[in-house]
Amino acid sequence: MIKFFLMVNKQGQTRLSRYYEHVEINKRTMLEAEVIKNCLSRSKDECSFIEYKDFKLVYRQYAALFIVVGIDQTENEMAVYELIHNFVEVLDKYFSRVSELDVSFSGSEIHCY
Amino acid sequence: MPAPIRLRELIRTIRTARTQAEEREMIQKECAAIRSSFREEDNTYRCRNVAKLLYMHMLGYPAHFGQLECLKLIASQKFTDKRIGYLGAMLLLDERQDVHLLMTNCIKNDLNHSTQYVQGLALCTLGCMGSSEMCRDLAGEVEKLLKTSNSYLRKKAALCAVHVIRKVPELMEMFLPATKNLLNEKNHGVLHTSVVLLTEMCERSPDMLAHFRKVRQLFSSQLVPQLVRILKNLIMSGYSPEHDVSGISDPFLQVRILRLLRILGRNDDDSSEAMNDILAQVATNTETSKNVGNAILYETVLTIMDIKSESGLRVLAINILGRFLLNNDKNIRYVALTSLLKTVQTDHNAVQRHRSTIVDCLKDLDVSIKRRAMELSFALVNGNNVRGMMKELLYFLDSCEPEFKADCASGIFLAAEKYAPSKRWHIDTIMRVLTTAGSYVRDDAVPNLIQLITNSVEMHAYTVQRLYKAILGDYSQQPLVQVASWCIGEYGDLLVSGQCEEEEPIQVTEDEVLDILESVLISNMSASVTRGYALTAIMKLSTRFTCTVNRIKKVVSIYGSSIDVELQQRAVEYNALFKKYDHMRPALLERMPVMEKVTTNGPAEIVQTNGETETAVLETKPPPSGLQPANQANDLLDLLGGSDITPVIPTAPTTKPAAAGGELLDLLGDLNLTGSPVSAPAPQIAQPPFLLDGLTTQPLFNDIAAGIPSITAYNKNGLKIDFTFERSNTNPSVTVITIQASNSTELDMTDFVFQAAVPKTFQLQLLSPSSSVIPAFNSGTITQVIKVLNPQKQQLRMRIKLTYNHKGSAMQDLAEVNNFPPQSWQ
Repeated sequence: MIKFFLMVNKQGQTRLSRYYEHVEINKRTMLEAEVIKNCLSRSKDECSFIEYKDFKLVYRQYAALFIVVGIDQTENEMAVYELIHNFVEVLDKYFSRVSELDVSFSGSEIHCY
Repeated sequence: MPAPIRLRELIRTIRTARTQAEEREMIQKECAAIRSSFREEDNTYRCRNVAKLLYMHMLGYPAHFGQLECLKLIASQKFTDKRIGYLGAMLLLDERQDVHLLMTNCIKNDLNHSTQYVQGLALCTLGCMGSSEMCRDLAGEVEKLLKTSNSYLRKKAALCAVHVIRKVPELMEMFLPATKNLLNEKNHGVLHTSVVLLTEMCERSPDMLAHFRKVRQLFSSQLVPQLVRILKNLIMSGYSPEHDVSGISDPFLQVRILRLLRILGRNDDDSSEAMNDILAQVATNTETSKNVGNAILYETVLTIMDIKSESGLRVLAINILGRFLLNNDKNIRYVALTSLLKTVQTDHNAVQRHRSTIVDCLKDLDVSIKRRAMELSFALVNGNNVRGMMKELLYFLDSCEPEFKADCASGIFLAAEKYAPSKRWHIDTIMRVLTTAGSYVRDDAVPNLIQLITNSVEMHAYTVQRLYKAILGDYSQQPLVQVASWCIGEYGDLLVSGQCEEEEPIQVTEDEVLDILESVLISNMSASVTRGYALTAIMKLSTRFTCTVNRIKKVVSIYGSSIDVELQQRAVEYNALFKKYDHMRPALLERMPVMEKVTTNGPAEIVQTNGETETAVLETKPPPSGLQPANQANDLLDLLGGSDITPVIPTAPTTKPAAAGGELLDLLGDLNLTGSPVSAPAPQIAQPPFLLDGLTTQPLFNDIAAGIPSITAYNKNGLKIDFTFERSNTNPSVTVITIQASNSTELDMTDFVFQAAVPKTFQLQLLSPSSSVIPAFNSGTITQVIKVLNPQKQQLRMRIKLTYNHKGSAMQDLAEVNNFPPQSWQ
């Protein structure tokens, strides 16, 4: 099951966040900061799946933006990895050459997707 | 009031903020504006305000005051309002807030709206945050929508149904009829969500699962064949631009179907058989050049391993995993290692074939991959490959991150224990681990190692030599130093005499050995436990070494005033050993016997005392750290204890110094050991697997010296006490006396207590009697065992005291026994 879906940039600013399980609002910022820290410390040679607390993070980097999805143990990590890419391709089609600014400014539209 | 700014303006302004404080200020200002706008009940701009609020919520600022506004938006007629309103509801509301129930009616109306998009919004929101009450109310509507022909709505309804089932499992049956036709759709969206719905149902309820597997329905409408057919179409069909992802048609649907097949096929032969073909087909036909293909293959492999597939299929699956391992992409290798770990239990041999690749993964840079490879390597170690694997694992231990070292060390110990080809190899491996990762070794490893070392008798010299060399250079790693000091203490004589066969013997003098032990004692790096080990080792060496006894005495007496309580106590007790009990020292500090493996930390065996309260608790070892050194009448080193492996359970010894003192120490069976001076390793941490056992594990009762005549020690007032003797061949200073008390009067004697005392040079141990009642007319006897230690072989004399109740009155008598036969003490 997917626990959350985040788009965070390299400076740690959240561009989009969607939680599928209830997380307290103050914990959310902490969670996002920690998650991005984990992802930033990875090098290019390392794999895209990180074990974090009791779930896994699947992350993918597009330019300066990290898309991180938190999943539990029953999910197929590679399928989620593909899903992230699929999502980015859709955004690309919708905004024709999507960039981080598009994501920041049209949060509500992306949510509806 | 000017029109509130648009969301884009807000975002632009916030982006210009350079510090966190500036941003906070801007947001607070905007929040205030929004709040006043809400108060004015302004319909036109509400949508815009709520959108801004949602943005601020995403940044982490509180936005709960917008919840009611969301509700108002939902109730409005404009689509844009509804959209933002529902979005706000999804993000801000959940079942914890009471407000959400107000939405139920709105949603109900919207579910029946004429526009499908509105219906879609409502379904989405319900599926996202609906509480159990809402779900119960609205489940009927959802079910109705599940049956419409509109695929847009159908797929959303299916997802909403998943949420409803999660919240209210009892409603599952309601959706069952609708699912019958779901898989007949052409639309992939509907197919996908229907598969999700079916998966959820099967996972939640075993009844549903059985229902879906059943053969009862028409063949064509059975679930498994249907799924197989859909999957086949996906693979076989040509290029379809709608669903294509890098050349594969709708991989997401394929993965979902494979997962559902896995659930259906688990533990079910018929279903598994029906899917064998398609799984083989997917496994062979899927293109592996891109990640998509690999994702599908991964799911296929998981499915094959989980269902009751035929062996050919399983081998195919493991080969696929092997191929994954060789792939350059880290993700794939990670995934392969994870799955191999799951399957290594069942298909051990097949995984063995890939052992070399797995071992290579140990050298990978990625932390997650290394961890998986390490776990898998431990699972793969067996008798044949243990040498090679161990080499790799030891190399890995050298170079890995600290977080791995503890696990790796424990794993190596376990594997070495199970599969060691020779004792020397085993000890070498342990030494290697201790020297490379010594400080990360777990605490319980130390006693295990010590026990292992004592068991390999022929390797003692070699072991102690190697350990000595190891700590010569560096004595900072605590577990290593502990094991080394223990061994040096035990086998120091072997070390000094230079008798090692396996290796080049080194020339070590007694002083050098003492030097190293003393430096351990003094060093700041040594933990308190380690110092305890070292001190005890030095003490033991006093019997093994010949020329340096004075030095040892000096060291021991220095620590008699140490600040560390444990050290101080030990030193004081050892001092006492030198002064008062010097004759016992060799016996006490003898070599340890071979221990049996004690697997659990059990409590000491406490022998029941059969109702005797005054003769205190026998055969219990009191805590080594409880007693003051030899000043009281009671504490004698009782060497005849004979109780075995005992950890430190502090049983308070009930000491009852008898009133009759005099020069006869009244010992009355209290086994108070003054802190068993050779009580070895860490009494406070792990269980010391052995205590002073050098002497008395020999069974004393079985060695019977040829016929020592028995005597009648006492015969008065109808009470007769006989002594029978046994002497141990292995230990000539011990005499075992069995007393038998019989009663020739007409009435029973109750509360019978037998007490004995011996002169100073002897020691006595009284075991528990068989009962406290002597029946009348000689119809039964009380037996009790006395053990006497007579190291100086002096003539045995004994004073006995008898107390009992007879004919209603308490009787007491004292007597002296002098008629011991010479064979009992010479």
